[in-house]
Formats: sequence, C-alpha cells, structure tokens
Amino acid sequence: MAQTTKTPTAAPPGDLPPTRQNFVDLVKAAEWGLVGGATATFVSAIGMVPDFDGRTLIDPFLTLGYLVLFLVPFAFGYMAARPLPTLEGQEPVRVGPKNVLAGAIAGTVTGLVLFVPTLVAVNFNLRSVFVNLSPAMADTLTLGQSLGVGLLLLVVLCLVAGAMGAGVNVIPARWRVPVMTGLLWVLTVGLLEDLATQLLRGLNLDALVGVFFAPGGGLKPAGAIIVFVLVFSLQLVFQRRPPGLKARYQALDQSERRRWTIILIAATAVIVYLIPIVLGGFMSEILDLVGIYLLMALGLNIVIGFAGLLDLGYVAFFAVGAYMTAVLTSPGSPALTPELTFWAALPFVVLAAALSGVLVGTPVLRMRGDYLAIVTLGFGEIARILFLSDWFDPVFGGAQGITQIPSPSIGPFEINTPPQFFYPIIVMVFVAAYISWALANSRIGRAWNAIREDEPIAEALGVNIVTAKLSAFVVGAALASFAGALFASKIGAVFPNSFSIIVSIIVLVIIIVGGMGNLAGVAVGALVIVGLPQLLREFDEYRFLLYGALLIFMMLAKPEGIIPSRRRVAELHQEEMSQDAWLTAEPESELDEARTTPATAKD
Amino acid sequence: MVAEQGTPKRLHFDFVGAVLWLVRILAILAVVIGAFVSLTSGRLSAAAWLNFIVIGIGQGAIYALIALGYTMVYGVLGFINFAHGEVFMSGAMVGAFAANSLAQAGMWNSSPILSILIVLLIAMATSTLVALLLERVAYRRLRNAPRLIPLITSIGASFFIQYAFLGLFGAQTRTYPALSILDGFISVAGLNIRYADIMVIGAAVVMMVGLYTFVERTKAGRALRAVAEDKEIAALMGVNVNRVIVLTFAVGGAMAGAAALLFGVVFRTVFFFSGFLFGIKAFTAAVLGGIGNIVGAMLGGLTLGIFESVGPSLVLTGLGIPSAHQLKDVVAFLALVLVLIFKPTGLLGERLSEERA
Repeated sequence: MAQTTKTPTAAPPGDLPPTRQNFVDLVKAAEWGLVGGATATFVSAIGMVPDFDGRTLIDPFLTLGYLVLFLVPFAFGYMAARPLPTLEGQEPVRVGPKNVLAGAIAGTVTGLVLFVPTLVAVNFNLRSVFVNLSPAMADTLTLGQSLGVGLLLLVVLCLVAGAMGAGVNVIPARWRVPVMTGLLWVLTVGLLEDLATQLLRGLNLDALVGVFFAPGGGLKPAGAIIVFVLVFSLQLVFQRRPPGLKARYQALDQSERRRWTIILIAATAVIVYLIPIVLGGFMSEILDLVGIYLLMALGLNIVIGFAGLLDLGYVAFFAVGAYMTAVLTSPGSPALTPELTFWAALPFVVLAAALSGVLVGTPVLRMRGDYLAIVTLGFGEIARILFLSDWFDPVFGGAQGITQIPSPSIGPFEINTPPQFFYPIIVMVFVAAYISWALANSRIGRAWNAIREDEPIAEALGVNIVTAKLSAFVVGAALASFAGALFASKIGAVFPNSFSIIVSIIVLVIIIVGGMGNLAGVAVGALVIVGLPQLLREFDEYRFLLYGALLIFMMLAKPEGIIPSRRRVAELHQEEMSQDAWLTAEPESELDEARTTPATAKD
Repeated sequence: MVAEQGTPKRLHFDFVGAVLWLVRILAILAVVIGAFVSLTSGRLSAAAWLNFIVIGIGQGAIYALIALGYTMVYGVLGFINFAHGEVFMSGAMVGAFAANSLAQAGMWNSSPILSILIVLLIAMATSTLVALLLERVAYRRLRNAPRLIPLITSIGASFFIQYAFLGLFGAQTRTYPALSILDGFISVAGLNIRYADIMVIGAAVVMMVGLYTFVERTKAGRALRAVAEDKEIAALMGVNVNRVIVLTFAVGGAMAGAAALLFGVVFRTVFFFSGFLFGIKAFTAAVLGGIGNIVGAMLGGLTLGIFESVGPSLVLTGLGIPSAHQLKDVVAFLALVLVLIFKPTGLLGERLSEERA
C-alpha cells in the first residue's frame, strides 16, 4: 500500500496520502540503497578506499578509508529515511522506528551491491582496464577477513551505518545539532592530527599530545570521547545564538568604539605575528599557499562575486604578475634585466596586470555571461601557450621558464623561509580584503551589484557599464598580480606549466564553495580547498575529482556557498521561493511573502 | 544639407567600439599580410596547401560531430554543456579497451569493418550513457536556474568525469591497435588523400545526414525543434518536454561517441585529459557555425579544422613567428574570440534572436 505510492512531495496539495504520520516508502529506500551501492562501488573502484586506509582517525577502529566507505550508506540511509516536509497548517510529521528501518534497508542494499566489485576483484583480473579493482581493494572491503565472513561483516556494517544515518532524522532536533557537531569535531580532529599535534607542541602542551593521540597516528578512543563530550556539552550550553557582539560593538559611542577597534587590530596583529611561529615551517608553507590562493580568490571574488562576470581565464593575470616579477627582478631572465628589487618591481607588475585586465576586458565587455566564460578561458590558455612558445622564448624563457628570482627584503631582513613569507602574504591579504570591503560599499560596488542583477536596467538607470566592468577586471587583475608576484619570489622561479587552467578552476571552486561575494566565505573556502588537501596528502590524487564533485554539489544544493552573502541568497532563490509558495496550501499569503522577501533582502 | 537637418548624432567617444575596430583591423591585416608573404615566398607547393586543407577537413569532421552535442543542448536548454568534451573522451577511452580486446581476439585486422562497427556501438553507448547520467544527476534540477549555474555545474562535471576516469582507468595513455586497411592513400591530381581521412569524412557525412533527416523529417525531430523554439508552448501542444531533453542529450552523446571512434582510429591515443581541449575546440566550432544550428555545427567544424591546419603555416609563419605549429591551439582560441566579438551569431546563426545571442 504505502510502498507503492509515488513520491509524496510531487503530489499536488489537497491530494495528500492519508497516513501522513510516519509515512516511509520502503521501495524508495531500496532504490536509494541501489544508488548508494553504485556510489560506494565507484568510490572503491577509483581506489579511494584502499588509499585512504592508511590514515587512522580513531586508533584501532576507524580509518579514513572506512569513513569514506561507510559515509555512503550513512548518507543514503539519511536520504531514504527523510520524513515528509512539514506543510503549512499541518502537524509536523512524526518519525519513528519505521524511518530507521528504511535507513537500514538502504544500507543493506548498498552493502549487497558492494559484493559485485569485491567478487569481481577476487575472481577476475581486470587490472589492465580498471587499475584499482585489485585484491587489495577486495581485502579492504572484506575488512581483512576471509571472503564469506568479510562480506557478511560488510553488509552488517553498512546496515548499521544506514540505520545510523536514518537515526539523524529520528533524534529530536534539540539533540541533533550537538550530537552531529560532536561527531564532526571528533572526525575533524582525527583528520587534522598533524595540525592539532603541531598546535599543541607549539603552545608547549606536549603532554596533551599523548593523552589524545595514539603513537601510530589517530585519536585514542579516550581522546575521541573527550573531544565529543567537550563539543557536545559546549553546543548544548550555547545552543541559543551567541550574544550579538556585532550589535553591541555598533551600539558603542564614538570614542569607545575607536578604542575597541584599536584593541581588536592590535590583538589581530599579535595573533598573526604568532601564527607562523607556533605552526612551524611545514604548516607555514601550507598557509603561504593558502594565502596566495586567497589573494587570487579575493580578486576573482570582485570579478565574479561582485560584478557577476564569470572569468575562467583568471590565471592569466596571475601569470602576468609572476612573469613580470621574474623579468624585472631576476638576473637570470633572458631579456630585460633591470634587476629591480621586489618592491621596486611591484608597481610595474601591477601596472602590467591592470593593462592586461583592460586588454582582456575590453573585447568581452558586450558579451553575454556564458560566452564571456569561454572566451576568458580561451585567453587564459592563449597566455599560457604564449609564455611556453618559442616565439616569446627570448623574453620568457619558454619551457625552461625564468629562475633565480631574488627574495624580497624589508630593510636588512631578507624574506626567504616559509614562516617569514607568511607576513608579506598576510599583509597583502588584509590589504586586498580591505580593498574589497571598501569597494563593495562604494559607488562602484553598487554599480557592480546593479550590473550583476540586471544589466539592461542598470544601464538604463545611468550606470556606466564600460567603466564598471573594466574596473572590475582591472582590480581583479591587480590582486591576481600581487599573488603572482609573491608566488614567483617565494618559489624563486616561474614555469609556464604552473599557470594552467586548473589554477583558475581552483580559485573558482574556492569562491563558489565559500560563498560568492562574501569575504569571510572566501577565506574559509581557501582554507578548505587549498589547505586541506595539503594537510591530507592522501587527498592529492583525488582533489580534482572532489573539486568537480563539490562544484556540482554546491550548484545543486547551495549555490550561494557555505557562508553566503544575503543578497546572493535572495538572487538565487527567488524562483524557488515562488515555487514553494505555489506548492503550499495557502497560495494567497505565501505568494505575497515570496514577492516581498527578495525585495526586503535587498535593502 | 539633408543630413544636417536630421537629429545630430551626439559626439561621444565609444571606447569599446574603437578598441573593437582596432582589433578588427589588426586581425585582418595580420591575416592578409601573413598569407601574402607565405604564398609569395613559394615555401610550399599548391598541392601541399591542398593537403593541409584535406587534413583540416578530416580533423574538422570530428570537431563537427562533437559540436553537434554542444549545439543541440544549447538549442534546447540554452546553456553550454562544458562537460561534453568528457562525454567524447569517455567513448574514446572505453572504445580503446574494446578495440584492444578485439585485437587480442584477432578480429581487429581479419574482419576490420565488423570490429569497427562493434567498437562504434560500444563507444556510442558509453558516450550516450555518460551524457544521460550527466543530465539526470547534474542538470535536470537546474533547468530553471540562472544561466551561469548550469555552466558552473558543467565545469564541475567536466573535472569530475576526467578525474573519475583517471581513478578508474589510470593515468596512462591508452592506444588503439593499428588498422591495416587504413594505411595508404589514393592520389587524385597530385593530392595524396589518406584512407583514414576518407573514412572519417565519409562516416561524418553519413552521421550528419542521418541526424539532419532525423531532426527535419521525423516526429521526434519536430518535437525537438518545437522544444528548442519554446518549451512552454511545446508542452502545451502535447510535447513531452522532459523526454525531448533526454533525447537531446542521448543524440548528442551518440554523436560524440561516433566522433570518439573516428578519433581513436585516426589518432590512436587517448588519455583522461583528451576530451578537454577537443571539447573546447568543438565548442568553438559550434559557435563558429552559429550555436543552436545543426547545419552550422557541421560547417563550423570543417571551417575550424581548416583554419587550424592551414592557419599556423599560412599566417603565422608568414608573419615571421618561429615554430608556428606550437601555436595551433592559439589559432583555434583566437578564432573563437574573434567570432564571438564580431559575429556572435556565427556563420549561420541568423535565426537566433537577440536575447539568446
């Protein structure tokens, strides 16, 4: 009966299934399980599970490989057991054991599907085609047991994972957030073990390392429990929103506010000064890379996030910055050897980048969004091929690139180790963030907003499209050239292959995941997208796969990013709001609300 | 006199317009001077130039087949399916495995036509499957989203498919076994036309004529054209829009699969990144011919193939640029940029209304 009914959400209002309470579609759950099985098979067949098995999260129990594997039945169990959405004017749907059953079914089916790759890998040798369908993979999937026992164990564990995923729907909302945050923190701490131990050591808390982490890597079970309990109770206590610090800051009067601002800036400066010292060389290296990408992301955020111009050739400006620095400062550059210092070269570098911004920006000004994307992509590739070509070999050194780029120095201090490089990079990042913030609230920032939302109307209202778009390109190019200059002098050499399309895509992923148009979002995005894969070396092989998946996922689920700007949400969900309004029971009032929401959000 | 009486045109310096004119003049000058120098220097004989053109047509026929996928999706859904190059690559990759196992069984050279047909079917099926999965998983939910969202999704999908293939099949280059019946050439009026080029051009013509007939003469084709024109009204007329969109992806994928086989038989090597550049070039071909226009895609593919094959040695060497063959891709990208700047509707794009162009 209930099983055969179509997905209830698609049913028009007024035609709701009679048993709204606890309506769970078990056939649908099995279908979710099949999709989950396909996903888990894919994850195993690309080699992720055995590769990630090397990193222990919680000492004897959980490795990253199994986390990835069992996350699949967990997620699909959650999907299968989702209760019906609560509709306007109706009781919220009650959830119960039947939801958990659905999750368990989805998990079991996922586990059963996983038999296929396991048995194939055990019985046939297809490694000349599927390179990762190896006995090692089968061994991981059967948890190191004999085939029969292993497969049974696999199904049981998948069942449990599915039921646990379903359980997320069942636990009351009050407990759900603390439990999930606690689990998330345990996994994060386990995953970022290197960072955590380095932090503890840097703070002279060596004793704690032994308490939390096992000698062979991973959290000790006790450590995991401590982390969980700590986060869980903190979440429970602070479940209400934290006190409005920002509002209180704004309520202060002039002189007091100034005092607090100075204190804040001083505190930030001290923290920034301490970061590389506490984190040490390796972590600073990662942070430098994050900073360089963050600088680029801030620039691209102006072009895409503010002005709405999807520039896929952004790496060209980065390359111009790097190559200009190389040509102007390096004694090893083939032509033009004024051998300026880094700081003396910087104005010329920015000027060159700004010019290239105008050069790229002008022809594409009248193009529509998606054509602009492809043409800028073309420009990016043209730039790389030209830097690589024999034609410009006398200036840019062709495939050999330019080496011997000197390090910058401040007064007598030469900046050449990763912790030292952190300071110029972070200063540039703050400058770029300030520029972005100031521009966003300026006349030109409002012009960008207008163009992004509706170009013809903006033009009709007197916004100068040419100036606005070109200035977006120029500012974006200038910031990218800063990043390029720092990159070149940090590495000490430039090669054309450092500037492939993939750099543009990484920067795009950063701002899309973080949240277009939002500075905090971009910073978080850079940390997650660039920093994490550096910390977790296992990810290196799969990072582009994950970037692609992230782009798709973000566009489908949350196009405004994890830390969205309010305006973006309003822009991107306008359509949905009116659709939701159409679906709900009381069309009149809802429609009004949908109409007014975007308008109020734009204030 | 009369001219002065009309509303005086406000003197207003159009910066963008001026720059675009400058680019136009420079582009034309570069082509004319380069071609003139090359042709008068007598570096290559007329037959050599014609050979370049024949090779270009062979390459262009493959571009054209891939371009069909871009153009059909664009015509129906109005967005650039950036991942279409990967649809092509997937067919070529799986086709390579099929071809190699046929070669191991000894069929590849003993009954070449049959084995090519088998591999063709496998490549087409793979590409179609990938295209349909893309549509179902990534694009279906974005039909009414702002235009850049499906584009960004497709960029993500493109990278996802590339690296999924890297994970599944490894990073090494896969090769097609050599096909002995394609060795050799026929000579027509001093021109050496390779059998491979003849096969590619012949196969492409057959595919395109088939597709053209399908779109113009069958009921499903009429539904497709109706949906491309106006989805809502087509739905009101009883067309199953959803099914037509799926059909569009399927046909585009099948064409990419056919292109993949031809590519595999002629170029013989494929790896996970092969689809990227080919995809962008095929997109260029689609734009060149006028995106959304099926005949345009064919024309654009051939034009781009000839540009790419003739351009470097004709124009660039003529301008005194060393190692012009390195800049083959630059020629293709420049062609794209110039077409989009000066004639965004492409060669045959006159049917496209302003807002879509």
